[in-house]
Amino acid sequence: MSIFDYFRSAKKDTASIAKERLQIIVAHERNQRNKPDYLPKLQQELLEVIRKYVDVDQDQVEVQLDNNGNCSVLELNITLPERA
Amino acid sequence: MAKIIVVTSGKGGVGKTTTSAAISSGIAMRGHKTVVIDFDIGLRNLDIIMNCERRVVYDFVNVINGEANLRQALIKDKRVENLYILPASQTRDKDALTVDGVERILNELAADGFEYIICDSPAGIEHGAFMAMYFADLAIVVANPEVSSVRDSDRILGILQSKSRRAEKGERVEECLLLTRYNPERVAKGEMLGVTDVEEILATKLLGVIPESETVLKASNQGIPVIHDTESPAGQAYSDAVGRLLGEEVEHRFMSVEQKGLFQRLFRRSA
Repeated sequence: MSIFDYFRSAKKDTASIAKERLQIIVAHERNQRNKPDYLPKLQQELLEVIRKYVDVDQDQVEVQLDNNGNCSVLELNITLPERA
Repeated sequence: MAKIIVVTSGKGGVGKTTTSAAISSGIAMRGHKTVVIDFDIGLRNLDIIMNCERRVVYDFVNVINGEANLRQALIKDKRVENLYILPASQTRDKDALTVDGVERILNELAADGFEYIICDSPAGIEHGAFMAMYFADLAIVVANPEVSSVRDSDRILGILQSKSRRAEKGERVEECLLLTRYNPERVAKGEMLGVTDVEEILATKLLGVIPESETVLKASNQGIPVIHDTESPAGQAYSDAVGRLLGEEVEHRFMSVEQKGLFQRLFRRSA
């Protein structure tokens, strides 16, 4: 191996970068794809109801729909603010 | 029972029509009565790839609308026995394709004794592409080893498994990947996604790898589907893919850099 090869191998080849980027975006889009269309609206409305009682931010409410075979689970995760 | 195969990709320019022409020719060459339908309404191109552009009288939309019957619209291929082309309409709006209309034509073709119906999808995920894939039993997803094409292919795979008729019935559309414009030298240099990378990302079984080849353009220049060029690696790779499609075990070729012979190496070294 020459000194030039050493420098070359230090830099990641572009095909590996492409693969990594694709794996991330494809996983993300597959996740989005399986969600029903009403999910964002459901999240928004839930947030409004919760806000009536507790002061929470948009990103503190997480709505997740998981499919386990023939049964779907709607998971609602709310991070309540710490008590003052 | 006719087998309906859609050739699709999402992204344009990856080789759907080239593939449709080659695969349909290859299947017919092996003795199966085959029809290839151009679903790209308004941008018909299968006819020019298969050198029958001057023989188009009636088209797919004419048949759907009852302005012509199938026999009048089907163009018999001049090279291969058992092969027919149903061209797309060049003037109509793509909305002329309806689920009922397309289904009626497919049923009629099956009743006519066609064993394989190849649907050449337009690019995109609009109505025409949806119509091409809706009735498919098998999807050939054509992709280039390049980020936008692979991403679009994944999108198409998702649509196939959720919006097609088989998906609606709770069944799966069989799917396979055809990687085209593959350049093993660039893969070896780390400049191009390799076949295993793409397979891994899309999690789809590999139908074949078509090496990037000058013969593809030469073939389309002349209107001869590249599978007829039995000398060229691209033609041979398509032929292999047809074999696999028909259930044969064919080893994959053209995926790695060809080993240079001793003489070539000696020559290179002395040069």
